[in-house]
Amino acid sequence: MIEINHVNKWYGPSFQVLKDCTTSVAKGEVVVVCGPSGSGKSTLIKCVNALEPIQGGDITLDGVKVNDPKTDLPKLRSRVGMVFQHFELFPHLRIIDNLRLAQEKVLGRKAEDATAKGMKLLERVGLKDHAKKFPAELSGGQQQRVAIARALAMDPIAMLFDEPTSALDPEMISEVLDVMVDLAREGMTMMVVTHEMGFANKVADRVIFMDRGEIVEDAKKADFFGTPRSDRAQKFLSKILQH
Amino acid sequence: MTMIGSFDFDVIRRSLPYLFLEGMRFTLTLTALAAFGGLVFGTLIALMRLSSYKVLGRIAGFYVDFIRSLPLVLVIFWFYFLVPYIGQWLTGASRPITVGAFASSLITFIAFEAAYFSEIMRAGIQSISKGQPAAASALGLTYAQSMRYVVLPQAFRNMLPVLLTQTIVLFQDTSLVYVLSIPDFLGAASKVAQRDGRLVEMYLFAALVYFVISCVASYGVRRLQARIAIVR
Repeated sequence: MIEINHVNKWYGPSFQVLKDCTTSVAKGEVVVVCGPSGSGKSTLIKCVNALEPIQGGDITLDGVKVNDPKTDLPKLRSRVGMVFQHFELFPHLRIIDNLRLAQEKVLGRKAEDATAKGMKLLERVGLKDHAKKFPAELSGGQQQRVAIARALAMDPIAMLFDEPTSALDPEMISEVLDVMVDLAREGMTMMVVTHEMGFANKVADRVIFMDRGEIVEDAKKADFFGTPRSDRAQKFLSKILQH
Repeated sequence: MTMIGSFDFDVIRRSLPYLFLEGMRFTLTLTALAAFGGLVFGTLIALMRLSSYKVLGRIAGFYVDFIRSLPLVLVIFWFYFLVPYIGQWLTGASRPITVGAFASSLITFIAFEAAYFSEIMRAGIQSISKGQPAAASALGLTYAQSMRYVVLPQAFRNMLPVLLTQTIVLFQDTSLVYVLSIPDFLGAASKVAQRDGRLVEMYLFAALVYFVISCVASYGVRRLQARIAIVR
């Protein structure tokens, strides 16, 4: 589904943020990407739907080359859902209108169909009663669940999560993770940048560990948590699993 | 004492219908149309300045600097005489086309306000976090859709108090059309003043009217600002 081949990316002339990254996510697979901050994991996931350009290598999504200038990027992006660290709901639109906008403007759905779909997804994330509210009236956890529903409204073939719980208060993290766990169990193809190792342990098929722009470890979950091969991954795990 | 003693309030009362139904109507129409046109073109100029195509940005930047370094009253005057010839050149007509004083002054004000509004809208667009257009793109919206439905509505809302304040300034500036002998509010007052020899009364009254309208409008903008601050 997602193929990342020898991807290189620089910020400016000298700082290389991604170094020869190669990995893939198969259909129905859940892959967690972790690593210390500044390791390039968020950058990598943003390259998958070309929110960030790459300077070397290539990325294909469902057979379509992302870094081909001829690719219709809006169309390609509309097929992959993305959830951001800071939710990025549209603050001037009501919750239901946040869910309707791209359905109508990108997919051309009728207003009533988009509303029906939006309400169904809001019900699924437990926020049906909040449809008429504005994003600022919701808690962080609620906003992030709306953001997931908004992405799902596009019937995506895969979902990208960029640190979906990093900006949340601890008591709100689980409500978001619950939605993500359900999604994973339903067979959604997911690439998730997160530090939530509990989540990884529960639903990930594979775990990728990145450090300083490199993919240091790319292993099946059991292998990663059991016997990580690299020193750096071991150190990272021991630090975040200490408490 | 003699001046106040001879103060003729009746000249004001008598000319009220002319002053407001003709003069003020013209002033408000010009203000509203110039503000609207200025906002539309100003937004386009702001988008050009923020565009990743450097050439567009330079052209827009030059336009804004150029307009802002000219005295408005000069351009109003100059445009009035030049536009007929520009029109002739554009349409290939055999003689200068006739452009009314209203059309000519409206074009001038839109051109000026576009430069000022573009700076306001540019600040407004830059005040929106990069995550917003990124989220719009991630949903599959094109650049134009992302601007139209996500970025510009927020930029406009954030900048509304500043845009309205600039419109109040515009309301006062429209009085400069007096150089074209157009009966805007000030022009109308001036005509009555000259005709009846009541300069003091009419100019004082005109000043009072501009003052009251601008003050009330400014107060309204401050109230609005407070409300927007709460919503955010």
